Amino acid sequence: MGGGVDIVIAIIDYEAGNLRSVELALKHIGADCIVTQDPEVIKSADKVIFPGVGAAESCMENLKRFRMDKALVDALESNKKVLAICVGMQLLFEKSMEDGGVDCLGVLKGTVEHFEFPNEERVKIPHMGWNEVDFVTPHPVFKNIPPSSEYYFVHSYYVEGNDIEILAGKTEYAGKVFTSAIARDNLAATQFHPEKSGKVGLQILKNFLDW
Amino acid sequence: MMLSKRLIVCLDVRDKKVTKGIKFKGNIDIGDPVELAKQYYDDGVDELVFYDITASAEGRPIDIEMVEDVAQNIFIPFSVGGGIRSVEDMRRALLAGAEKISVNSLAVKNPEIIREGAKAFGRQCVVLGMDAKKVSVSYAIPSGYEIVIQGGRKPMGIDALAWAKQAEELGAGEICLNSIDADGTKQGYELNLTRMISEAVSIPVIASGGGGTCDHVVDVLGKGKADAALIASMVHYGDYTCSGIKEYVSSKGIKMRQIV
Repeated sequence: MGGGVDIVIAIIDYEAGNLRSVELALKHIGADCIVTQDPEVIKSADKVIFPGVGAAESCMENLKRFRMDKALVDALESNKKVLAICVGMQLLFEKSMEDGGVDCLGVLKGTVEHFEFPNEERVKIPHMGWNEVDFVTPHPVFKNIPPSSEYYFVHSYYVEGNDIEILAGKTEYAGKVFTSAIARDNLAATQFHPEKSGKVGLQILKNFLDW
Repeated sequence: MMLSKRLIVCLDVRDKKVTKGIKFKGNIDIGDPVELAKQYYDDGVDELVFYDITASAEGRPIDIEMVEDVAQNIFIPFSVGGGIRSVEDMRRALLAGAEKISVNSLAVKNPEIIREGAKAFGRQCVVLGMDAKKVSVSYAIPSGYEIVIQGGRKPMGIDALAWAKQAEELGAGEICLNSIDADGTKQGYELNLTRMISEAVSIPVIASGGGGTCDHVVDVLGKGKADAALIASMVHYGDYTCSGIKEYVSSKGIKMRQIV
């Protein structure tokens, strides 16, 4: 199909943080997208974006309240292409250590940890700003990007970069290597924000449209 | 691989025009905010800040239409400030497409707004804007920098260092630190102030006020330990470009994002 024509992308709205920038970026590249709190719309959409900004606990609560947890898992099982972003990516794991420990969706194995650095190193948390991603394996969502490109990150929690089953890209912050991009079957996910990563971020969103 | 330092352009908006003044006095018009935002975005700026500088004084909310117009055209982080009076105002600005909200005088008068904003939207959404002025060291102001509001006209009797730490505890995700003494002078950032605050908190610090040359940016990101440098007049008057500044700063060994 290509070019985003006739593809309806559902952006899951569970009142977590800012979905507007995802919508604006998709509209800018010509995508036909809809922000929705309705599981039926997710069901009928061709592709799904699972964004997320904010705290894991309130995100999980809202996700359940809007019955979006099941809608998302169903979408993944029905082989729809799904792109999860930032906290959206983190919620796919079994557990997040945020807010004292939160049970998440468990679609992916592993725990989301808090960045910890020795005090004397004075490492700033959140990891906020532009950093590189080392894409370790070719993937249709992470193609056509100049090497050494940088992406916008803002997060205090991370997923270890050691699960090669799902690892698509990794990033280092103050010596800590973490998972910054994930690919498994019909799922792609990023710890960074493609919608805020300038032209390379828009390229990733375009790639997702074409995937 | 490491995190880049950020170059941020500040758009002070008044009557729907970007304006620039010296020490918050005698403003002149620079241009259309949306056009300028697009221009800086294309030129590789890392982030944009939009301040509705007359909203508070006029007792009205931030110009939401303008926030929307800017947000539709740039795909990099975008903070807004001015005229934010409540969590509801923050929500409106976020829904208009901003992702960080800067609170300044509101937070001085009501520090709980930081906690409420962080709880509602996550701490990465809440930027504490603080205006600091050099004063004599005293019992009340041990750091020698006092918090001021209303464009520097009103001293608040609050120590800048203590305030920065308190804001971090309350849940601010970032601090935008403006030196009232340096602001608009183009004589360089207040390096002592910047380093002191940046070393005292574990959240990122954006240095603001005084940037006039590329070396000023190098100094504040290096010696000043800032995580990001805010500029305005350097690019507004056409003396420099964002890409040019970033290239120069990178050549001095400070990592900045290059558009490849």
